[in-house]
Amino acid sequence: MPLLTVTDLRTWFHTRNGVYRAVDGISFSVERGETLGIVGESGSGKSVTCYSIMGLVPTPPGRIESGTAIFGGVDLLHCSPKQARSIRGKRVAMIFQDPMTSLNPYLRISEQLIEPLLIHEKISRRDALARALAMLEEVGINDAAKRIHLYPHEFSGGMRQRVMIAMALITKPELLIADEPTTALDVTVQAQILELIKKMQRELGMAVIFITHDLGVVSGLCDRVQVMYAGRIVETADTRTLFYSPKHPYTRALQRSIPSMQDKGTELFTIPGMPPDLSKPIAGCAFAPRCEFVTERCQAEKPELAPVSATHDQACLRVQAGEL
Amino acid sequence: MTRPASGCRRANSDLPVDDTILQLNNVSTHFPILSGFVRKRLVGTVKAVDGVTLAVRRGEVLGLVGESGCGKSTLARTIMQLVPTTGGTVVLNGKNLSDCSATEMLAVRRGMQMVFQDPYASLNPRMTVFATLAEPLLVHGVCPPAEVPARVANLMKTVGLAPRFMQKYPHEFSGGQRQRIAIARALALEPKIIIADEPVSALDVSIQAQILNLLSQLCRKMNLSLIFIAHDLSVVKHISDRVAVMYLGKIIELGPALDVIDRPRHPYTRALVSAIPTPNPDVERARQRIVLAGDPPSPINPPAGCAFHPRCPYAQEKCKLAVPPLVSDGPTREVACVRLGEI
Repeated sequence: MPLLTVTDLRTWFHTRNGVYRAVDGISFSVERGETLGIVGESGSGKSVTCYSIMGLVPTPPGRIESGTAIFGGVDLLHCSPKQARSIRGKRVAMIFQDPMTSLNPYLRISEQLIEPLLIHEKISRRDALARALAMLEEVGINDAAKRIHLYPHEFSGGMRQRVMIAMALITKPELLIADEPTTALDVTVQAQILELIKKMQRELGMAVIFITHDLGVVSGLCDRVQVMYAGRIVETADTRTLFYSPKHPYTRALQRSIPSMQDKGTELFTIPGMPPDLSKPIAGCAFAPRCEFVTERCQAEKPELAPVSATHDQACLRVQAGEL
Repeated sequence: MTRPASGCRRANSDLPVDDTILQLNNVSTHFPILSGFVRKRLVGTVKAVDGVTLAVRRGEVLGLVGESGCGKSTLARTIMQLVPTTGGTVVLNGKNLSDCSATEMLAVRRGMQMVFQDPYASLNPRMTVFATLAEPLLVHGVCPPAEVPARVANLMKTVGLAPRFMQKYPHEFSGGQRQRIAIARALALEPKIIIADEPVSALDVSIQAQILNLLSQLCRKMNLSLIFIAHDLSVVKHISDRVAVMYLGKIIELGPALDVIDRPRHPYTRALVSAIPTPNPDVERARQRIVLAGDPPSPINPPAGCAFHPRCPYAQEKCKLAVPPLVSDGPTREVACVRLGEI
């Protein structure tokens, strides 16, 4: 049985300018110990998906319209707040993009690190501090015994992200959701943080959902990748298949527009146009207006994910019809 | 800073009139750190840019890379004279900028323009596209006011925007379109050189490619020089003719883009290149990554000798002794590492 099964999740935002369908009917699952990458442009719904699972969608304007997220037999979207609290932060943890804003500037690192332990476990302050110290050392902070009593502003960006990771992993979660954890960091520090996540995953045997817009990061880290566009999953496959034989025109176009995949000096391949306005209902395939293979059928009929092989699903009508 | 008594024209008359458009000679930008409430005491200096010598040729795209805090943006601001130079000279088109008077600076500024990282912040939300693009034309008196609308329409066409959007406000555009407006604004005065400070970092991959194409097209068509600042090496490799790698205020490696990124010589460049994740799972899993320990040191108290030695896997005693100069390594490349021949 998968660790987390999300079925038909729809998260809509009811704003003055209309209903914004940020996540519009997605289903996926995460196995124990697996790393799932979620890739997409900004506004594709990758973050909202995870916020919905964690119960972090601001309501109103956001509302989870339908769907279930079964984690260990409990539906995270419909369980009691008490039940949700006992899972969130303990068995499912999350790290965010910007370590500068996700740590409380008024509290010492030590306070923030032991908070999840004090909430979720019967533990004395002293033991909790000892655990926090061990965790800080684990995530590679030198001189942890002294640094644990500092405030967040006394740390650099990379170290703050390490603290965030220590905080998320201190309760030994079964699932870690990482929302663009390295986007705000330099490449050299990004490499350190990715190595750290890999190491911690090996040690704790946890599953990771890794959200990013960088296909490069995904290729080295993830077992499986799903590509999102306009609130829906357009393609999902194991990493090698997705990189070496992508099927959906959007995945192919995305891959072709990365500078490092193209010869220097040539015109970069670009996807014409822009992502659609999600506040208006989309009749057919959301990618149709930008797609080079578009037909009339694409504009009228909404494509659904269909298997290409056992581990590879994609949602393009023309690929499904065998035309591409 | 001391200025030579002679006027800037005579002082620069002996400069070579080759195709160099911008010449930086040992440029430094240091910021004082003051402490105290009433009486300020100098407690230190941040050496944001420290002794940079660099030449940019006409029509050339120079990539400038480095981690945050290495001084790339300060160098850009120094060239634009947005922050005062504390040492060395910036020579644009044969004119020493630090010697220019305020009126001369106005004329000089026509020759160099800047595109900033965040098109959401760098455009005035209360100005229409027309107002934004007309302003530089009017301020510098580039053309008679009657011709301004035609010029603005032309500029918009140059960057791939339909002139019918002229009366719209920035919030009505997407990020990529806003960056196009910012580029059009930079082009309005027909500059010789554009400095683009992380122009694509805030954009999505598919939009990024559009802006990169636009920039390289413009450079080719208008014989424009471009200093392209970025932290994404794959983007820099694609667009640049030459690349300069900065570390803690100094250039540590300089050379043709393909050479520097495919065959880096300086240990820091090697680590930087190996840290870029490639979108290719087999390569990515097989390769040996040089993971640097720690963060870049503070420019307030830079380490003695080579600033990179505390993180360098090849560091020796001699690296701590003297700051390595940028020396030639072959005809086109320059590297600042004392152990260059040994590693």
